Amino acid sequence: MKKSKQFWLFIIAAVLVYAVVQFFIANGTMNQFYSNTFIFIAINIILAVSLHLVIGITGQFSIGHAGFLAVGAYISAIVTMKLDLPFIVAIIVGGMVAALAGLIVGIPSLRLKGDYLAIATLGFAEIIRIVFLNIDYVGGAAGMQVSHLTTWTYAFVCLVITIIVIVNFTNSRHGIAAISVRENEIASDAMGINTTYYKVAAFAIGSFFAGVAGALYSHNFYIIQPSQFGFLKSFDILIFVVLGGLGSLSGAVLSAILLTVVSTYLQGYPETRMIIYSLVLILVMLYRPKGLMGTMEITDYFKLWRTPKGGDQHGK
Amino acid sequence: MENKPLLEVKNAGIQFGGLKAVQNLNIKLNQGELVGLIGPNGAGKTTSFNLLTGVYVPTEGDILFNGERINGLQPFKVTRKGISRTFQNIRLFNELTVLDNVKVAYHSLATHTMLSSILRLPSHFKGEREMEEKALEFLRIFKLEKYKDELAKNLPYGQQRRLEIARALAAGPQLLLLDEPAAGMNPQETHDLMNLIGFVREKFDLTILLIEHDMNLVMGVCERIYVLDHGQLLAEGSPEEIRNHPKVIEAYLGEEVHDDNA
Repeated sequence: MKKSKQFWLFIIAAVLVYAVVQFFIANGTMNQFYSNTFIFIAINIILAVSLHLVIGITGQFSIGHAGFLAVGAYISAIVTMKLDLPFIVAIIVGGMVAALAGLIVGIPSLRLKGDYLAIATLGFAEIIRIVFLNIDYVGGAAGMQVSHLTTWTYAFVCLVITIIVIVNFTNSRHGIAAISVRENEIASDAMGINTTYYKVAAFAIGSFFAGVAGALYSHNFYIIQPSQFGFLKSFDILIFVVLGGLGSLSGAVLSAILLTVVSTYLQGYPETRMIIYSLVLILVMLYRPKGLMGTMEITDYFKLWRTPKGGDQHGK
Repeated sequence: MENKPLLEVKNAGIQFGGLKAVQNLNIKLNQGELVGLIGPNGAGKTTSFNLLTGVYVPTEGDILFNGERINGLQPFKVTRKGISRTFQNIRLFNELTVLDNVKVAYHSLATHTMLSSILRLPSHFKGEREMEEKALEFLRIFKLEKYKDELAKNLPYGQQRRLEIARALAAGPQLLLLDEPAAGMNPQETHDLMNLIGFVREKFDLTILLIEHDMNLVMGVCERIYVLDHGQLLAEGSPEEIRNHPKVIEAYLGEEVHDDNA
C-alpha cells in the first residue's frame, strides 16, 4: 500500500519534470545548449545509478564502467549507421551487448575482491577501448560518424526505466541478497546465498544500463571516438556514486545532477575548470565525508518530517 | 534410526602447504544429539567447522551428511542441504535491519524470480509477504520482535548473538553448528544462552555441534564431547569422562614434570 503510493508519486513527479522540460524545449525558450545539458544530465544519472547497483548495493568495487558505456555507444552506432535500424532497436541492442560484455568480464573478474577487482575491471575497460581503437569498421582512432537522434524524450524514458528497474531489484529478496554480499560475503554464503550469481547478475544489469546510456551518449554527439571512453570517464562515473554516498540511489542521482551542472557551467572557464571542479569534490568530501546522502534515501527524509509512526522499514 | 548417523566425518583433514591444520578427524553425530567440540586455542576447531560447511575443501577424507558426500560442495550448497552455522566473530549484515537479516536466510527457500521482482508481478508480492511473515515469526520466537526495524549493528552484543542464531535457524537446518556462542558474554547471558540452546533444540528438532571455551556451558548442555588438540582428535566421551581424561587434562594444563626431564 505504502510502497505503491511512493511509486505513483515517483511517476507523477517524473511526468511533471518531463512535461516542464519538454514544454520549454518545444516552445523554444530553452535553446540547444540547455536541452543538451538536460539530456546529458539524464545520461549521467543512468550511468551513476547503474554503477550504484554494482558498487553501492552489491559492494563490488568496479572502476571500468566506461568500458560498457563504450560497448553500448559503438554497438548502437553500428545498428543505426551501418544497419539502418531504428534508434529504439539500437538502444536495446546496445544494452544487451553491453550486458553480455558485463557477463564475459564479470564471471572471471568477480572472483577477485577489493583492490584486485578494481584493477581487473579497469584493465578490461581499457581492453574494450583498445579493441574499438583497432577496428577499422568503426573508424579506429578517427572515430565514427553518428547522427544526432537522442532527444529529451528518449533520454528521460530510459532514465525512468533504469531507476524503476534498479529500485525494484533493490527492494526485493534479490536486492537484500545482493546487499548481504556487500555486508558480509562469508556470512551471506553461509546463509545459502549464491554470492557469485548475485555479483555477476548485478554486474550484468549495471552493464546493461551503461550500454543504454552509451547508446544515448553516442547519438547525442555527431562523432564518437575511443578516447572519449578512457579511464577518466570511468572515474567520472565513480565520483558520482561515491560523492552521492555509497549505497544511496538518490545520492547518486543528486550528485550526477550537481556535478554535470557544475562541469557544464565551468566550460566557459577552461583554465580554472578542473581546479574548481576538484575544489567542489574536496569540499563535499570534507563536509559530507559519507557522501551527500550517506546511506539515506530521499524518502527517508520525508519520513523524518512526519511524526514517527513505526512499522516502516529503514532504507526503503 | 540409531544406526544411520546424521553427520559422519571419516578421516577428514586439511593441509595448508606443509601445515596439517586438521587430520584424521572422525566425528559421528546422531539425529537429535547435542555435542561439544573443545580444545585449546589453535587446535583446529574452527577449521573443522570450515571443513564441514564447505569454506575449506578437505584434502583428505570424506564428510557424509544424511549419507551423502558433501565435501567439495560450495558453502551455499552445504547450507541448502541443511547445515547452518554461526561465527566466532559475529558476522551479521550490519547495515540491514534485524528483519532483513533473517529474511536473507529465507532467501533460498523463496521462489519468486528476479524478473518477477523487477516487473513487480503478483508472485513477487506474494513471495515477499510470505518471507516477511516467516521472518517475523522467527523474531517473535527469539523475542527480537521489538528490534525488527533496528539496524543489526545497533543491537546490544548479547542480542546480536541471539540474532545470529535466529538467522542460522531461519535457513531451515537439520544440523546447527555454533562457533563459540558464549564468547564475550557475562554469566547471566551465558545462562540465558544455555536455555535458548535447549529451547531451539526441542522446538526445531535439531542436532547441534557446539564449539565453546566456557566449560560450564559445555559440561552443562552437551551429551558428548570431542576434544581436539594440534589438529587431531584427542578424546571423545561423556562430559564426565572428558573431565577425568588424563590426555585432556594434559592438553589443557600441561604435562606432569617427570624426573627424567630434569
